[in-house]
Amino acid sequence: MADIVTLDRPLDVFAEQAPPATRVRGYWQSVFYRLRHDPVTLVFGAVVLAIVLAALSAPLIAPFDPYKESIIGRLKPFGWGGHLLGTDELGRDMLSRLLYGGRVSLSMGVVPVLFATLIGGMLGVIGGFAGGRVNTAIMRTMDVFYAFPSVLLAVAIAGAMGGGIGNGMLALTMVFTPPMCRVAETATTQVRSLDYIEAARASGASTAMIIRYHVLGNVLGPVFIYASSLVSVSILLASGLSFLGLGVRPPTPDWGLMLSTLRQSIYVVPLVCAVPGVAIFITSICFNLVSDGLRAAMDVRM
Amino acid sequence: MAAVIAQIPVLDPRDCGGPQQPLLIARDLRKHFPVKGARGKSVQAVDGVSFTVRKGETLGIVGESGCGKTTLARLLLHLVVPDAGELVFDGDAVNAPDGLSVNALRRQVQMVFQDSYSSLNPRMPVRDSVAFGPFIQGKQKPEARELACDILAKVGLDPDLFGARYPHELSGGQKQRVNIARALATGPRMVILDEPVSALDKSVEAQVLNLLRALKRQLNLTYVFISHDLNVVRYISDRVLVMYLGRVVELGPVDAIFKDPRHPYTRALLASRPSMDPERRIEEPPITGDPPNPIDPPPGCRFHTRCPFAEAVCEATDPTLELWQGPESHIASCHMRDPGSGHSQAGNA
Repeated sequence: MADIVTLDRPLDVFAEQAPPATRVRGYWQSVFYRLRHDPVTLVFGAVVLAIVLAALSAPLIAPFDPYKESIIGRLKPFGWGGHLLGTDELGRDMLSRLLYGGRVSLSMGVVPVLFATLIGGMLGVIGGFAGGRVNTAIMRTMDVFYAFPSVLLAVAIAGAMGGGIGNGMLALTMVFTPPMCRVAETATTQVRSLDYIEAARASGASTAMIIRYHVLGNVLGPVFIYASSLVSVSILLASGLSFLGLGVRPPTPDWGLMLSTLRQSIYVVPLVCAVPGVAIFITSICFNLVSDGLRAAMDVRM
Repeated sequence: MAAVIAQIPVLDPRDCGGPQQPLLIARDLRKHFPVKGARGKSVQAVDGVSFTVRKGETLGIVGESGCGKTTLARLLLHLVVPDAGELVFDGDAVNAPDGLSVNALRRQVQMVFQDSYSSLNPRMPVRDSVAFGPFIQGKQKPEARELACDILAKVGLDPDLFGARYPHELSGGQKQRVNIARALATGPRMVILDEPVSALDKSVEAQVLNLLRALKRQLNLTYVFISHDLNVVRYISDRVLVMYLGRVVELGPVDAIFKDPRHPYTRALLASRPSMDPERRIEEPPITGDPPNPIDPPPGCRFHTRCPFAEAVCEATDPTLELWQGPESHIASCHMRDPGSGHSQAGNA
């Protein structure tokens, strides 16, 4: 060992031989850089944006009144009498109903997931970080909700509280909170035992500071991915609730409700009946792809 | 004349008791981890460990895997709360009513962890990881970041080049440098190095060891250096503490330990190193078997199950560490060192 004693040399002798300077960008700069070079995310992001904008501006761009019925114009095919996407079983314009229905469906898809992410994520991080009895208490409570299939649980909660959009959202939030909590808890538990948490504690950081600076960033990725996959599930579950009369009530347009009422007419105008389903499909697949792209762009290790 | 004066270390303004007072005194530290599912049983990770760390020295701690080295390191920072025992930092009892608070201790003692990968947040640029400590201890963010850049330069990483990088963009040696920078960022007086070079390859290991020595001189630090690598400990330490199954078996100046080991365990440990000289083959009987389970450690001397000199007395009574006889003393916890113990070889060894 004696031959490596080089105590009296200046410190810069020990400096790493620096590799050629690669990109040195700020965090958000590099996120945007990666996004700009990801055409899939860009295209599907534009589609999501278009869907949201169309739903928001429904009163401006809808060609007809979504509630106006017509006895003679029922179940007409695409393009009949100026109805671009045909008419439904009560003669209402499908395109207008689709635009207005987007408002309800998108909010039924996003709002419960948002709240479930906030509540479940918070509980999961607390449980995962605290460990021990706190964790057991939180996670076993969540497990109770797992005992029921999600559809049944949503139906039971909405049924107990009565119908309506607000109660439907509340029911869906309660359905999505346990899985969200579990994802956050797993990610937190993995991070908690790592040395950098210990190092942060050794420098005197409080638990709140450690969670804010060292845990959240590492938990956000998996939570984000899971949340985006729940959006489409939420739209579908909401339509299921509407179908049972527990969510949106007719005649309010909602994609799920439209799909279920038109299902009886599938042999008459199959294409028209498929329209709300296609809308749900496109929306959910876009959400999934965009969130996947966002996660990839935000991951510093990519 | 000026050169002589320059060699006198500048007294740290935080210094309380002068150079003669030990920086850290650990007295009878004990930590038993309860075993899940086995009522009343516990892993006796650290069981009554006492030692002192003098100002400006490097105390090496060696021992096999599982002997409690890492738990001891964590006890010193109160990352693991001791079941019993006392820590005195520069004259102030830690976590005592009128002593030093744990947070105040952590302003003066820092730790470098073994696994350089898991000890850096993968989603934080290394500059921010280094700046986190000063930020937590009350500096504004820009100020903390500037400080971090200075420290990164001190450990040999150009802050302009490496500061904004993420841990996965650095090599193992570079990451360990960042870890050292992180520990130094808050201006500690003592650094606990928990196997800081074990995960590095030999050439990088030498670089990091030299860096550590240079930093120690430059910043007037005191090190507690934990390792299972005897050569590394010999190179960097002033004094060495040998641990076995949660206890101290031998403590002394590095040359004394390596030239004249007194405890049979230390001798076996030293003999386990491969000899570099084929003419001088190792004649000590090699140590056999695994260390006993720390959940149920053997009674008496914990080494008696593997000790070639074990006698009845070793199993019957705990040997005590010889009396502390000053800073240069070399002590071992063995009945053979104690003439009154009743061991047949007592006094000859």
